[in-house]
Amino acid sequence: MASITLKINSKTYTLEADPKMPLLWAIRDLAGLTGTKYGCGIAQCGACTVHLAGSPVRSCSIPVSAVANKDITTIEGLSADNTHPVQQAWIQEQVPQCGYCQSGQIMAATALLRKTPSPTDKDIDAAMQGHICRCGTYPRIRKAIKTASQLMTQKASAK
Amino acid sequence: METKNLSRRDFMKLSSLAGAALTVGFYFPANAKEASVVTLDTAENLGIDLNAWISIDTSGKVTITNHRSEMGQGSFQSVPQIIAEELEVDLNQVNIVFAQGNNAKYGSQITGGSSTVRGTYKKLLNLSATAREMLVEAAAKKWNVSKAECYAENGHVIHKPSGKKFHYGELVAEASKLTPPTAVKLKDPKDYKILRKPMPRQDTPMKVNGTAMFGLDKKLPGMLYAVVERNPRFQGKVKSFDDTETKKVPGVKHVLAVKMSVFNTLREGVAVVADSTWAAMQGRKVLKVEWDDTGFDHVSTEQLYAKMNDDLKTKEGLSFKTKGNFAAAVEKADKKLDVVYETPYESHSCMEPVNCTAHYQDDKLEIWGPIQGPDWVQDLLSPLLDLPKEKIIVNMTFLGGGFGRKAFMDYPHEAAVISKVIKAPVQVVWTREDDTTQGPFRPGMVYQCAGGVKNGSISAFKAKLAGQDMDHQWPGAQKDSYLGSTTEGFLEPYFESIPHYSFSDVPLDVPIPVMWWRSVYASTNGFAFESFMDELAHEAGKDPLDFRRQHLGNERYQTLITKLEEVTGWKTRKKNEGYGVAITECFSSIVGEVVKVSKKADGKVKIDKVWAVMDCGWYVNPDIIRAQVEGSVIMALGAATVHATHFKDGKAVEQNFNTYKMPRIIDTPEIEVHVVDNDEKAGGVGEPGLPPFTPALTNAIFDLTGKRIRKLPFALEEV
Repeated sequence: MASITLKINSKTYTLEADPKMPLLWAIRDLAGLTGTKYGCGIAQCGACTVHLAGSPVRSCSIPVSAVANKDITTIEGLSADNTHPVQQAWIQEQVPQCGYCQSGQIMAATALLRKTPSPTDKDIDAAMQGHICRCGTYPRIRKAIKTASQLMTQKASAK
Repeated sequence: METKNLSRRDFMKLSSLAGAALTVGFYFPANAKEASVVTLDTAENLGIDLNAWISIDTSGKVTITNHRSEMGQGSFQSVPQIIAEELEVDLNQVNIVFAQGNNAKYGSQITGGSSTVRGTYKKLLNLSATAREMLVEAAAKKWNVSKAECYAENGHVIHKPSGKKFHYGELVAEASKLTPPTAVKLKDPKDYKILRKPMPRQDTPMKVNGTAMFGLDKKLPGMLYAVVERNPRFQGKVKSFDDTETKKVPGVKHVLAVKMSVFNTLREGVAVVADSTWAAMQGRKVLKVEWDDTGFDHVSTEQLYAKMNDDLKTKEGLSFKTKGNFAAAVEKADKKLDVVYETPYESHSCMEPVNCTAHYQDDKLEIWGPIQGPDWVQDLLSPLLDLPKEKIIVNMTFLGGGFGRKAFMDYPHEAAVISKVIKAPVQVVWTREDDTTQGPFRPGMVYQCAGGVKNGSISAFKAKLAGQDMDHQWPGAQKDSYLGSTTEGFLEPYFESIPHYSFSDVPLDVPIPVMWWRSVYASTNGFAFESFMDELAHEAGKDPLDFRRQHLGNERYQTLITKLEEVTGWKTRKKNEGYGVAITECFSSIVGEVVKVSKKADGKVKIDKVWAVMDCGWYVNPDIIRAQVEGSVIMALGAATVHATHFKDGKAVEQNFNTYKMPRIIDTPEIEVHVVDNDEKAGGVGEPGLPPFTPALTNAIFDLTGKRIRKLPFALEEV
């Protein structure tokens, strides 16, 4: 066990953890932020996706010791009041069914749009194909990413 | 009014509630077939435990109890949408709470068989209209005017001649003293303002910011986490275990042997309990368990399918339904066919793995979890734990997928047993590997379909099924009883138009636990029946859609076929495009789907588009229906072309998403869904869109390539 400092959503957490513990379990069980989900534990489904210094990573497969003091963003850090354009697009297109995988999907989509503000279908496939949705919300995810892209453009031009 | 002697506790409850709210719900008098609608005050006076469906407080806020679980299918939305329509309130004024398990109060709470709307909508409409009428009557009394001059709209009662208004909240005190009317008039569907509209789901906002609480998100003070090493051979026992290394793992608190109920047997394992999920998983890794598999066959997929194929040839089977004389009729046919279809075992693989949180203390058990049947959990656990049902409180969280798996109650049992032994609240987490390998699974099936056509029509049809009968697993099951779902998925009018038919099954008796998997037997029957219809159409030299039209001489089916033909451009399809159709019926809904395929530049087959026409009769929300059909198509695509569970040496082979692969966004074709408007009774929505997809796909592949696919799964890349 070791004392590890995590910076999650701009807040500092000092946790007593096994340095090998995956970030996912530190976020969920130790920091108590349950929006990030466990799906497979082997980086195959994307449910645990968070941003590490702005890039999407699989928190189930990164030991907590490797991310000490680095900027971590979880779904809770995107916006609590659903004002982020990706969240708004997800609501507009009525994407979630069971909703369990959506935190990871949204974090991946947000990272995609940051790098590629107007993604093509191919860009969307490439960025999102690591994410499983058993309810099959894929057609709506595709639509919502395009809607989010438009919302972000509108927001930028309004400034 | 005559009042009973009230206990002190009852008196406090009554006085605190009287006039503070109008609460109406159902009361099921003993031996009564129909529920009566009563107010809370009446219920309290009569000493009745009221099923509180709708409560309106003095501020006008409406609280609705949702008795079914929400696993993605939209009951969280559809139940309030029904109530808001007849109650005349805005959906935003409605607050929803999940009911706890209590079937004496709510009737069956099992979320299965696509039954939430179709099983309760008439009662809900009636109840909401009753509350509305009571509010109108209360307003009329206050104004001292005729009730006929008043009407309800958007949370208010309005006096038409004067334009005077009362907010519902101002009327609840008066209304709660009234006797509910025995008969109320329901709206004509053409006047609906909320029903049949694509209202956004109320659970969406909390599902896009991480606040929706799923089973795994439950936290209790002092809660520990457990993972369980279970015998991989389903019915084997724990012989002994060595926890020396496990106990050295920091955070590990307890190691104990556990047994959980799985149908008529017990599944055994060893639980590792720790202060975090990760610590429990680490402890489990170094645990040494010796298993005793005496008396359990180490079955393999090859053996199971060889046995089922052999059974079809050598055993007569249990007759389910027959008409005429199949054997004689098929002999006289112009063309004959006799083929076999195979479908695999499948895991449910909900994105939220199975889990349950339990706290057993002072002879009381409280459970939180992603549970499809909270009342079933009470029924199962009460005798097993020797606790009266009222001492078992079952709380439903959101379900991260269900598909039938979370109606099976092995995991609440296991969590309850662990909490009782360690005397602490515990969350039992199934790893993805546990979830994928332990079952219960969709049963693998083999179908013999035989038949003939004469003068261009089906003259004889036979379907013989081999596979596990889910009902045969329960304690005391009659194993010589036929499979009740033998014809599930088959279209009703065929029973009229086909002169000679025979349906039977040969049950397979193996100790692999099997359970409902989205659309249950229809999910596999549909593939066999609708592939065979296509084969018969081809033998008869008929267009597959016309061939169905010819045999389905009922207006409802004719409308659906015409709609399919129109939206897909079926008649104008081009030479290099493959079109396939399939129509199935289950849970009182009829769904037709058409798949269009073509060849890519490299000669491989790709799916261009899927059209679906859903006739589910009376419905609530067209957007939820579209979402459910889209999801059903993708789930079917996975089972048809991507994943299957195999068995080797008595164990499931595929363990996680690296081998039990899932369809991805890149595999997803365009899906266009149409909903039929009619006045038929409400049918299911969550499941009926699944069965027709696979046969529509394989029929399309036949149309394009001439290759008939009779065994699932198959790789699209290898067609």
